[in-house]
Amino acid sequence: MEPQEIAEKIKERFPDEVIDITSFRDQVSVIARKERIVDICRYLYDDPHLHFDFLVDLCGVDYLDKKVPRFEVVYHLYSIKYRHRIRLKAQVPEDNLRIDTVTSVWAGANWHERECFDMYGIVFRGHPDMRRILMPEDWEGYPLRKDYPVTGPEKEWPGFQEVLDKAKAFREFEWKE
Amino acid sequence: MGLIEISVPGLVEVEEGTKVLPPNVILTSIDKVVNWSRLSSLWPMTFGLACCAIEMMTTGSSHYDLDRMGIIFRASPRQADCLIVAGTVTKKIASVIRRVYDQMAEPRYVIAMGSCACTGNIYNVYSVVQGVDTFLPVDVYIPGCPPRPEAFIDGIIKLQGKMRREQFRWSHWR
Repeated sequence: MEPQEIAEKIKERFPDEVIDITSFRDQVSVIARKERIVDICRYLYDDPHLHFDFLVDLCGVDYLDKKVPRFEVVYHLYSIKYRHRIRLKAQVPEDNLRIDTVTSVWAGANWHERECFDMYGIVFRGHPDMRRILMPEDWEGYPLRKDYPVTGPEKEWPGFQEVLDKAKAFREFEWKE
Repeated sequence: MGLIEISVPGLVEVEEGTKVLPPNVILTSIDKVVNWSRLSSLWPMTFGLACCAIEMMTTGSSHYDLDRMGIIFRASPRQADCLIVAGTVTKKIASVIRRVYDQMAEPRYVIAMGSCACTGNIYNVYSVVQGVDTFLPVDVYIPGCPPRPEAFIDGIIKLQGKMRREQFRWSHWR
């Protein structure tokens, strides 16, 4: 099925949820509200003519000073059977950083959602294990947000500061020529 | 004659008035023999973290053949002489590298392989350590992204040269 057709089909089924359909170089994106995102995903998975059985990627986007609402969660979907793709975007406002998890549809979304939480602070409701995945558990802040300093915050992460202090303390035992 | 006669037992008189050491005896300094034996069987503990590790493995394989220099990778810090940090060091892995280094027995050496381990490379970001020398005493820096096997071998030869020049490192009273 052509991507534009798929997008129309989603809009037909969820007229209140779909906000916009954009197309760029034959790649079609469906922008949706976040409230019924699980229903949309379940429909995309279950419909015999769509059959999106493969979640290629799930990621977050920060549109600071570019768009309102600020955050988006992007689902890249692919059907192995029909070999067609679609991109689904769910808008997440800054004052309510919550969205439902799609792990019930694709179990592989588990780690992707954890990464999204780690990097942007978007909380996935109903997720079985909502912890940081890449950064240390006691890390402060969400590094991929646009207002996060590139070289990190002023205060060094305590876990690394500990290593630096230890290295300094052990320096007297080093071999000197 | 007028000289002081040093009496060394077992000297062999080869001709009238000329005495030499017997066969299979050589004179050397402890420094020389200790340093020579250390640098001739340098067993590195590998710490491959990124693409530099691939280059390190290539250097160890048959084409470049590190074994001919007596270098055999030893995947245990307690039996290794030298730590090769190959790749991008993040703050999260830094404590692990430090612990591996602390587990190694003296004498121990550190090679920082690749631009990332030397300086942090282009990753001047929140998660990457800006050079492994912030928390380890580095002996040899090998720049390159990643360094070619020739550069890596050159770095090892530099370390061996450094080991050859050491004095008194075998002593308890150093």
